[in-house]
Amino acid sequence: MAITTTAEPTRRDFLYIATGSVAAVGAAACAWPLIDQMNPSSAVLALASIEVDLTPIQVGQSVTVKFRGHPLFVRRRTAKEIAAAAAVPLSDLPDQLARNENLPDDAPATAANRDIKPEWLIVSGVCTHLGCTPTAFEGDYGGWLCHCHGSMYDTAGRIRKGPAPQNLAIPAYSFLSDSRIKVG
Amino acid sequence: MSGPSTYVPQTGFTRWLDSRLPILRLAHDTVWTFPTPRNLNFWYAFGAILTFCLGVQIVTGIVLAMHYVPNANLAFDSVENIMRDVNYGWLLRYVHSNGASMFFLAVYVHMFRGLYYGSYKAPREVLWILGVIIYLLMVVTAFMGYVLPWGQMSFWAATVITNLFTSLDQVIPHLGSVIATWLWGDFAVGDATLNRFFSLHYLLPFVIAAVVGLHIWALHVPGNNNPLGIDVKGPQDSLPFHPYYTVKDAFYTGLFAILFAVLVFYAPEFVGNPDNNIPANPLVTPTDIVPEWYLLPFYAMLRSVPQKLIGVLVLVGSLVTLAFIPWLDWSPVRSNRFRPLMKQLFWVFVVDCVVLGYCGSQSVDAVRFGMPMVVVARVATAYYFAFFWLIMPILGLIETPKPLPDSIAKSVLGPSAAPAE
Repeated sequence: MAITTTAEPTRRDFLYIATGSVAAVGAAACAWPLIDQMNPSSAVLALASIEVDLTPIQVGQSVTVKFRGHPLFVRRRTAKEIAAAAAVPLSDLPDQLARNENLPDDAPATAANRDIKPEWLIVSGVCTHLGCTPTAFEGDYGGWLCHCHGSMYDTAGRIRKGPAPQNLAIPAYSFLSDSRIKVG
Repeated sequence: MSGPSTYVPQTGFTRWLDSRLPILRLAHDTVWTFPTPRNLNFWYAFGAILTFCLGVQIVTGIVLAMHYVPNANLAFDSVENIMRDVNYGWLLRYVHSNGASMFFLAVYVHMFRGLYYGSYKAPREVLWILGVIIYLLMVVTAFMGYVLPWGQMSFWAATVITNLFTSLDQVIPHLGSVIATWLWGDFAVGDATLNRFFSLHYLLPFVIAAVVGLHIWALHVPGNNNPLGIDVKGPQDSLPFHPYYTVKDAFYTGLFAILFAVLVFYAPEFVGNPDNNIPANPLVTPTDIVPEWYLLPFYAMLRSVPQKLIGVLVLVGSLVTLAFIPWLDWSPVRSNRFRPLMKQLFWVFVVDCVVLGYCGSQSVDAVRFGMPMVVVARVATAYYFAFFWLIMPILGLIETPKPLPDSIAKSVLGPSAAPAE
């Protein structure tokens, strides 16, 4: 029997495409649980916020606490460190955004936008380059130096030199009293 | 070269089997009579040596998995238990951990040998690309294996490498972070990460074994390249694989095993990092974080770029480049024996890779021999890419190769050898 070609799509063409589409959707539906199982589980997502007692922290000291599996820096800055951060013109900063969850996303990275009370700097201890924990009081700017790949942060936790693209992130936090904060 | 089969079943059983599953025919044709160029030298033994390495890693790995516990709270202690209490656990673990180093040592020799003798050129492009795929699988497998002991270096290696994906945030906001979280199964490297790395570390060696099967298949279609880089022109140019190359490969595998044993028994921690004897601590990064020696050149390239995304692209590019070599080098002459310019620049490239490795082993701001290492790493990175993307295509146009010998047989046996055909 000769094969006849018709200009119009036949019923068979329609069945072909419809069957293929159903199979593709089915395959994707089967694949999704296999992919999504790798995302954080409900147990991981049920994250508590933490409270930090500020009383034992002396002026000039930086303390590391664990928050959502990551280090969090709580630093009681000296007057000199606060002044050094405030003296930096915005144009000197590689990352112009405050990266502060307590402020709108487009807030500029001024020193004032990096803290709630100038004496207390609360920043994530995760280098924005590749996730190492930077070391306090090192580097050219007196803030932090990341030993992994040489990123340097200033005393407001802002990136100043090196491969890191962003300022150290500031999580949502609030002062419960003068000597206690709640993070997250 | 994979011509008609010469297998003749000798017994009633083998005749019966041959007409149902010709597995003995396959073994006979690929291992026994396979015609192999008669001039293969020492450097061609590394294919067999690598097969040996893969076997050692799979066997020791399977038994280690009988004692290892992939749990963030127990992993470190279970490795200590293997080292101290499990019968011969120290031996099995040292063979496995040093086995990774020996595996990479062998694969680098194998790759440089392929580069030197032009083994990637037509008709062996697919063979080469399969090799690149095997190498990438090896890197991924070794990285995940390094994470399993859950020491400080394990933890921070996992953190830094998975964070490479966050550079995608600079292309599409949040894309990289979403991928990193998906890889971690958490908001940081943790228990979920360790579990999945263990699962994949167990799986991937078998994937490697499968691709090795394809690699050997692709080798057996055109047959081996050889140090002269000219085709086999007739039976006088080749020898049956057995006994000539089975014995030669076995001999060099034995020498390699001696070197392996020296490392395992006399310097088992030589390639290791002492920081990995400290249990993982998510709050403190070790001051000097370096990858294993076999990844140092790539680490140096990543670090030499001060911009995150570009640094990651350079790292990925340095690996992806390898797959393009068959089309970057269009000189018709395969072997560097007959390419005077390429020969010199090849050795510069080898030195360049060693220099990159050295730079990667030093701290970020190190100054050695009066030179800041980051500047040296930049120059070396530039040469790495220039070698493939500039030198290879340009030499293909301007280099005058030396005359090629008439045949392998003449070159090996002298002019008295029978002429080709």
